[in-house]
Amino acid sequence: MDAVAALPIHEIPVRRIAVRPVTAEPAWVRRALIALALAFFGLFLLLPLAAVFVEALRKGWAVYLAALVEPDALAALKLTLLAAAIAVPLNLVFGVAAAWAIAKFSFRGKALLLTLIDLPFSISPVVAGLGLVLLFGGSGWFGAWLAAHEVKVLFAVPGIVLATVLVTFPFVARELVPLMQAQGREEEEAAVVLGASGWRTFWHVTLPNVKWGLLYGVILTNARAMGEFGAVSVVSGHIRGQTTTLPLHVEILYNEYQFSAAFAVASLLALLALVTLVVKHAIERRGDFAALRRGSLK
Amino acid sequence: MSAHTGVLPGFRLTLGYTILYLSLIVLLPVAAVFGKTLELGWGEFVDVVSNPRVLAAYRLSFGAALAAAAIDAVFGLLLAWVLVRYSFPGKRLVDALIDLPFALPTAVAGIALTALYAPNGWLGGWLAGLGLKVAFTPLGILVALVFIGIPFVVRTVQPVLEEFEPEFEEAAASLGACRWQVFRHVILPHVLPAVVTGFALAFARAVGEYGSVIFIAGNLPFVSEIVPLLIIGQLEQYDEAGATAIATVMLVASFALLLVINALQAWAARRGGKEQ
Repeated sequence: MDAVAALPIHEIPVRRIAVRPVTAEPAWVRRALIALALAFFGLFLLLPLAAVFVEALRKGWAVYLAALVEPDALAALKLTLLAAAIAVPLNLVFGVAAAWAIAKFSFRGKALLLTLIDLPFSISPVVAGLGLVLLFGGSGWFGAWLAAHEVKVLFAVPGIVLATVLVTFPFVARELVPLMQAQGREEEEAAVVLGASGWRTFWHVTLPNVKWGLLYGVILTNARAMGEFGAVSVVSGHIRGQTTTLPLHVEILYNEYQFSAAFAVASLLALLALVTLVVKHAIERRGDFAALRRGSLK
Repeated sequence: MSAHTGVLPGFRLTLGYTILYLSLIVLLPVAAVFGKTLELGWGEFVDVVSNPRVLAAYRLSFGAALAAAAIDAVFGLLLAWVLVRYSFPGKRLVDALIDLPFALPTAVAGIALTALYAPNGWLGGWLAGLGLKVAFTPLGILVALVFIGIPFVVRTVQPVLEEFEPEFEEAAASLGACRWQVFRHVILPHVLPAVVTGFALAFARAVGEYGSVIFIAGNLPFVSEIVPLLIIGQLEQYDEAGATAIATVMLVASFALLLVINALQAWAARRGGKEQ
């Protein structure tokens, strides 16, 4: 400092002022990275999505609509809706119960319980389906009993529902547990101390706090339930019009080289995916949900 | 099981229901797979899983999943970086569509990718001109697995980058580090646990993936036959024992991966300070 001060004013070394902040990259690097990222995005995400709709409409609207109103397609749609209508509420109730126990109380074995809840995320759907075959198949654990009572699980609707419930098992719990943990339990404790019953506390204190997280978990569960392929494929038996869900119907049509029809049915599922993403994005942009979720990540 | 129940009610009810439902829906089928394997005996088990065709399928499934997860780690970090740090037209659309592989049924993804990469497809014809065959080869499997895994990396890295304080970068820059050095020595070590976690999640998903792969794979034994398909093939020949032996190896791998992912998340939490 002194050395500089001692210099005559015109001899103070002048440095060029940086035009960009020190925490930003040069413009060309920025542009190159954006271009590379968008190229990957276009190639791997946008193009497959576009392909579904273009291929679906390749032979015109008449063929497209005919593929959708065909009886086997409608039966598949009905079964898909049924499986989701059973799987979503079941896993919703489970998710709420699990989140209440895990987030509001401390007990031994909590980490193990959380790991086991995550299990369906990491098991191959085909292996999950195999597990159901080994339980309910002819030589399975419950096979003889089911045969004696003439109950069909495998290659029938109950098997498809069970497979759907199994693969969508963790979604609601996984969303709710961290949210309710982040929220703590002071508000509920206050309600209970002031005389509210457990149910009333849950409905009026807990639920309003986590409703967006709940909805978030439900739409993820629903998307997976309607789109599940591997596990359902193993237990379905592929009986056309009876045990085929929409994704299985797509497979059958595709393997019969009815490509336009296959893509027409697939476009229905793609639309479902897009609606899911829009709702998901809308929830994520809600300030209260975003703040809570950020809190839950800490 | 003892608990600090405090004043809140419902502990026994909710925990009891959780454990019961978990056991019925998830643990019972898993137990059935292990139970059937125990019936097999060690010799028969080894016979099945050391069959050359089965070994080739394991190599393919694990190898392709590893390669796909590595590609996802690189491009997932790139996408997360671009989404957090830069603004460009269409950014919100890109951000929302990153989750497409989570939401799009795998069978739909499978036939769409096949339509793109088949020899007469949009990209396949062009790639064939370059002498590159993608659909109905292991390369096609790789493409499908990259698609399936990309959101895992982006969504794990994104929040960590968002929470990263610029002070560290400013300090490094003021000490004379160039931008690349700041990235290499300040930012990368901070996001690395998240990248590795995303890599592991993408890998775990890819190993067991079925729907998006079977359409594009060609399913040639020894060349492009993945393990889940082999399991289904055994079941269709009523060879439950064979299918179960093959599946048990996958199941053990899933358990191991789950433990690794848990450990990685704990590491990320420690490294990140407060972030996940």
